[in-house]
Amino acid sequence: MTLVLYRIDDRLIHGQVVVGWGQPLDIGFLVLVDDEVATSDWEQELYRMGVPPEMDVFFHTVKDAPGCLEKYRNDERSGILLTGDIDSMQRLATNGGITAVNVGGIHHRAGRTQRLRYVFLNPDEERALRDLAARGVEVTAQDVPGARPLPLDEFLAQKAG
Amino acid sequence: MSETNGAATLEVRAIVAGHGDFAAGLISAVEQITGRGGMLIPVTVLGLCLDDIEDLLREKMRSSGVRVIFTDLQAGSCTMAARRILRGSPGAVLIAGANLPTLLDFVFADAAPTDAARHAAERGRAALTVHEAPA
Repeated sequence: MTLVLYRIDDRLIHGQVVVGWGQPLDIGFLVLVDDEVATSDWEQELYRMGVPPEMDVFFHTVKDAPGCLEKYRNDERSGILLTGDIDSMQRLATNGGITAVNVGGIHHRAGRTQRLRYVFLNPDEERALRDLAARGVEVTAQDVPGARPLPLDEFLAQKAG
Repeated sequence: MSETNGAATLEVRAIVAGHGDFAAGLISAVEQITGRGGMLIPVTVLGLCLDDIEDLLREKMRSSGVRVIFTDLQAGSCTMAARRILRGSPGAVLIAGANLPTLLDFVFADAAPTDAARHAAERGRAALTVHEAPA
């Protein structure tokens, strides 16, 4: 198998990822790309304790992740790569090999406009997602597997709340 | 802080937090069964990022004075946020994976809330049973 999902989610490893996606996709490992977590043993332990023992978790900074992606893509198990923000995923995508990005959760913060129940974006973040799409990456919003994946243009056109 | 329930005054003893309406639903059940739902503070985190969940839980603990948090799922955002809070809160207790029997035991306990929470966790764990249909 390979990395089956590239997900942007500011909650990083949580219930939707471990259970919501993890079970139906039979996920064997998670790759968490986050500079803060990758440099903190305590944070890594926090996230490791949140996943079942049969699921591996690997941590990388945005800088060192690209050199390891091939290894994960050749893993015989299915995996999910997670970033906590759009910028990190955008930087990873510049190295190629990412054809689709799942916007799974970007929550409320000052300056952001609500697009979906679980997606809030500021203008710079919207531009970054459009840049990703312009480079041929399919960008959709989908919090859980049972939901319909919403194409970028569709969810950017929405103004919830 | 206390909540009144008819004639009785109930001490607020814990926060309950989790996905969707988990907290409100469980507390509603506790209230229906015991009349003691007011001892628990429900926290809903829909639309909040991890930092905001942590801030919200911290503020609820500060304003209520409680030292016990019940959450729904080991991997859940509320559990992650609560574990960060515990790091700087000596004596506080987090019970992840709480269920209704857990909370029922907790609201009837006479012990200090943190001790009651530990006992309630054992009760909740033991309350899971499997019943098979006869062959």
